[in-house]
Amino acid sequence: MKILVCISNVPDTTSKINFKDNNTAFDTAGVQFVINPNDEFGLTRAMWFKEKQGASVAVVTVGDASAEPTLRKALAIGADEAYRIDAKATDGFFVAQELAALVKEIGFDLVIAGRESIDYNGGMVPGFLASTLDFQYVTNCISLEIEGNNATATREIDGGKETLDTQLPLVIGGQKGLVEESDLRIPNMRGIMMARQKPLHVRPATTSESQTKEISFSKPEAKGAVTMIDPANIDQLISLLHNEAKVL
Amino acid sequence: MSVLIYTETEKGVFKKNAFEVASYGAALAEQLGTDCVAVAINPPDASQLQSYGVGKILVIKEAKLDTFNAKGYATAIAQAAKEASAQVVLVSSSADSKFLSPLLAAQLGASFAPNVVALPESTTPFIVKRTAFSNKGFAHTELTGSVKMIGVANNSFGLHEKETTSSVTTFTPSLEDHLFTTKTTAVDKVSGKATIADADVVVSGGRGLKGPENWGLIEDLANVLGAATACSKPVSDLGWRPHGEHVGQTGKPVATNLYIAIGISGAIQHLAGVSASKVKVVINTDPEAPFFKAADYGIVGDAFEVVPELIEKLKAFKAQNV
Repeated sequence: MKILVCISNVPDTTSKINFKDNNTAFDTAGVQFVINPNDEFGLTRAMWFKEKQGASVAVVTVGDASAEPTLRKALAIGADEAYRIDAKATDGFFVAQELAALVKEIGFDLVIAGRESIDYNGGMVPGFLASTLDFQYVTNCISLEIEGNNATATREIDGGKETLDTQLPLVIGGQKGLVEESDLRIPNMRGIMMARQKPLHVRPATTSESQTKEISFSKPEAKGAVTMIDPANIDQLISLLHNEAKVL
Repeated sequence: MSVLIYTETEKGVFKKNAFEVASYGAALAEQLGTDCVAVAINPPDASQLQSYGVGKILVIKEAKLDTFNAKGYATAIAQAAKEASAQVVLVSSSADSKFLSPLLAAQLGASFAPNVVALPESTTPFIVKRTAFSNKGFAHTELTGSVKMIGVANNSFGLHEKETTSSVTTFTPSLEDHLFTTKTTAVDKVSGKATIADADVVVSGGRGLKGPENWGLIEDLANVLGAATACSKPVSDLGWRPHGEHVGQTGKPVATNLYIAIGISGAIQHLAGVSASKVKVVINTDPEAPFFKAADYGIVGDAFEVVPELIEKLKAFKAQNV
C-alpha cells in the first residue's frame, strides 16, 4: 500500500495572530510553524500502517522553501520521502489540484490529509482531492483500518460517531482520535539524522487556477471587561444572565 | 437565477441550522434581487420553511438517501442547484454538511467559502467574512467563480422569521449506485441529548473537576439548562471524557449562546475554540486564570461549592419562569 500524507505548514497552536501590509497578509514574524495538528494524527496513523502492514509513506506540502523544516520533521518521524510543490497555497481548490496531479503521476492507494488546517480552516482539500481523483472519501475520521482493498473508517458526527465501510483508493480527512495524543511521535536524533538523507523532491506547480482570493483580514473586536460575581451571590449571576445577557 | 439552500433534517424534523440557513438565504436573495429556493431530503412537513422566507421548496423523496451518504447527498443537491439555476448555494456548518460541501462545490465548479459569519460585504465583487486562524481572526474572501457556495457558520446569523407563501415541488434526482460505495454501517449517537453543534447552552469542564467521577456535576448543570456537555483538551487526553466532547482549536468549535466553563484555566487554544460563543461564564478557583480575561461573567470559587448551589438556584428560577 502506498500512502501519501498531506501536510500543512501552520502557525503553532499557541501563536498570537497578527496581520501586516494594511491587513492584507498574515504576519509570520515571530511565529513558529509546525505540522498541522490534524495532519500529524494522520501521519502517525500512516506510520502504524508502515510498521504493521508494510506500507510506504510519502508526505507532501504545497508551499515555498520555508515549509521544508516541517517536511524534514515528517521525514524524521518516519516518512520515506517528501514532495514540496513549489507554489503559494492560494486556496483549497488550487492545493487540491496540485495534490491530485501528484497522486495521478506517482500513484497512491491512500491519501491522508487533515480534516482542516488550523490556519484557514477551509476543510475542503480532502473532499476536492477525492472529487478530482474519483477516490472514496471520509472526513472527520477518528479511526481507520485497512484490510486488502477494504477500509473501515469511523467519523465523528454531531453528538456521536458513525462507522463506514469503504474501499481503496481512498482520501481521508483525519483528526485527533485517528491515534491518541500520547501516540504522537517526537523525532529522535537517529530519525533526524536519517531524515537528512531522505529524498525531498521539489516540483513546480502544474496550474495557477484558484476559485477564491483573500482580500483582507481582521481580528475579533476586543471584549468588554468581565463582571466578577461573589460566589456567595449566585442569584446575581442568574439575574444578569436573565436580564442583561438574556440567555436564560 | 436563485439562491439555493440545503435544509437539513434529522429523524423527520428540520434541524435548527436549517432555519438559520433559510434566514440567511432569504436575506441574501433579497440583497441579490432573486428567489430563495430550498432543497430538503426526505423532509417532514416542508412548509415549516415558509416561516423563514423561503419561496420555493424542492422536496426529494428517495429511499437511497434514507441514511446520510456524502456523495449521494452532494449529487442530489448539485442536481437541485442546477434545476434551480442557482448562482449561490448555501449549506450549514454541521458535521454532515462539512462532509458533503467540497463534493458539492466540486460538482458545481463553485467557489466555496466555509465558516461565513455574515451576509456578503459586497456582491460585486462577491466578498464574504469568514472565521480563520481557528477563530483568532477573520478572512474577507472574494469568491471569483460564477457559482458561489457558502457554508454558514453555526449560530452566527441567527433565526429571522419572515412569513412567506411557498410552493412545494417534488424533485427526483438521478443517483447511480456507484455513488454509494462508501456505506454507513453503524451509528453511535445518544438520542435526545443536545449536541455541542446545536445546543443553545454548553457546559464544559476542565481539570479543575479533579476526576471523571465528578462529571455528574457538569451533567446535572447541563440537564437543568438543556445544555450539551463539553470538556477541555487535557480532560479528553486524560481519558476522563470522550474525544467528541473536546472543544478548542484541535477539537470542536463552540458557537453557542451561553458557554459555562468550570475548572478550565483558558489556554489560548481553548479560548480560540470557544470565542464565537456569545456569553461566557467562567468558574475557577484561580483568580489569575487567563479565561477570566475572555469571560463576560466570572466567579472565583470552588466548583464543588458554587456549581451545586447554581444548580439549585437555576431549578428554582426555571420553576418560576416556565
